[in-house]
Amino acid sequence: MSVSLNPVHFDLFFLLVAAVCLAAALGVVMSRQPVHSALFLLTNFATLAVLYITLEAQFLAAAQVIVYAGGIVILILFVIMLIGGDTNDFTAAQRIWSRIVGVALGVILLLAISYSALLRMTPPPDDAAALLQGGTPKAVGIALFTDYVLPFELIAILLLVALIGALVLGRQPEGAGEGIPSVKVGD
Amino acid sequence: MVATSSYLILGALIFAIGATGVLVRRNALIIFMCIEMMLNSVNLTLIALARQWGNLEGQIFVFMIMAVAAAEVAVGLAILIANVRHQQSINIDEINLLKW
Repeated sequence: MSVSLNPVHFDLFFLLVAAVCLAAALGVVMSRQPVHSALFLLTNFATLAVLYITLEAQFLAAAQVIVYAGGIVILILFVIMLIGGDTNDFTAAQRIWSRIVGVALGVILLLAISYSALLRMTPPPDDAAALLQGGTPKAVGIALFTDYVLPFELIAILLLVALIGALVLGRQPEGAGEGIPSVKVGD
Repeated sequence: MVATSSYLILGALIFAIGATGVLVRRNALIIFMCIEMMLNSVNLTLIALARQWGNLEGQIFVFMIMAVAAAEVAVGLAILIANVRHQQSINIDEINLLKW
């Protein structure tokens, strides 16, 4: 461990961060306003970045804040402001049983995927921090540009294609001069 | 040191919450955010297991997932905006046409 806190302290820290993380996740699902959901999502991403640091992944913690909090959430917020996306879907004519079935399926999924996590695992090696080199940008960068340089280049091409695709999809059609219409509220 | 299973269970919980959100909500934007949350829970699992085995490969994979998620967000939001232009709605019950 790079941090020399006593184990009980560290567990308490984990529990606190995990509790905030879970509360934010529930907030994303249960907020009525998409803007609130987006802000809860930001909280969720930030707490995950904290957890990454405790897992010896410093570079990914920074990338999490820059890419997700700084990029993706801002993009989602822009789109919410652009289209005013309030579908009022708690009161809209949706089938009564659909929410019950959705939650039940979610619980079944949780039981299925947490079964394997509950199995007793050997604790991580004591020198995990040394093996991972703390997940610093240097360690991750060296791995990326030696063993994983081909996937890295493919990711670059993927990002270029996605950029062009997003531009083409979001382009204003010719002759349509009224901009993006807002979503009707409560339809 | 916090046990790896604690992280795995937290990841499972977030994934299940996100999946439930996808099933329950009708607002395409919120479904989108729930999908992002599910991707992140998988990232957490991968990083926890990278520490479990003392191997950087899990972290490299998370880096790739982040890049793919960024691409997915850009394209997905562009599709949403194109649909709003066409239908003035982001209620997924009303997004049911592949062609028009």
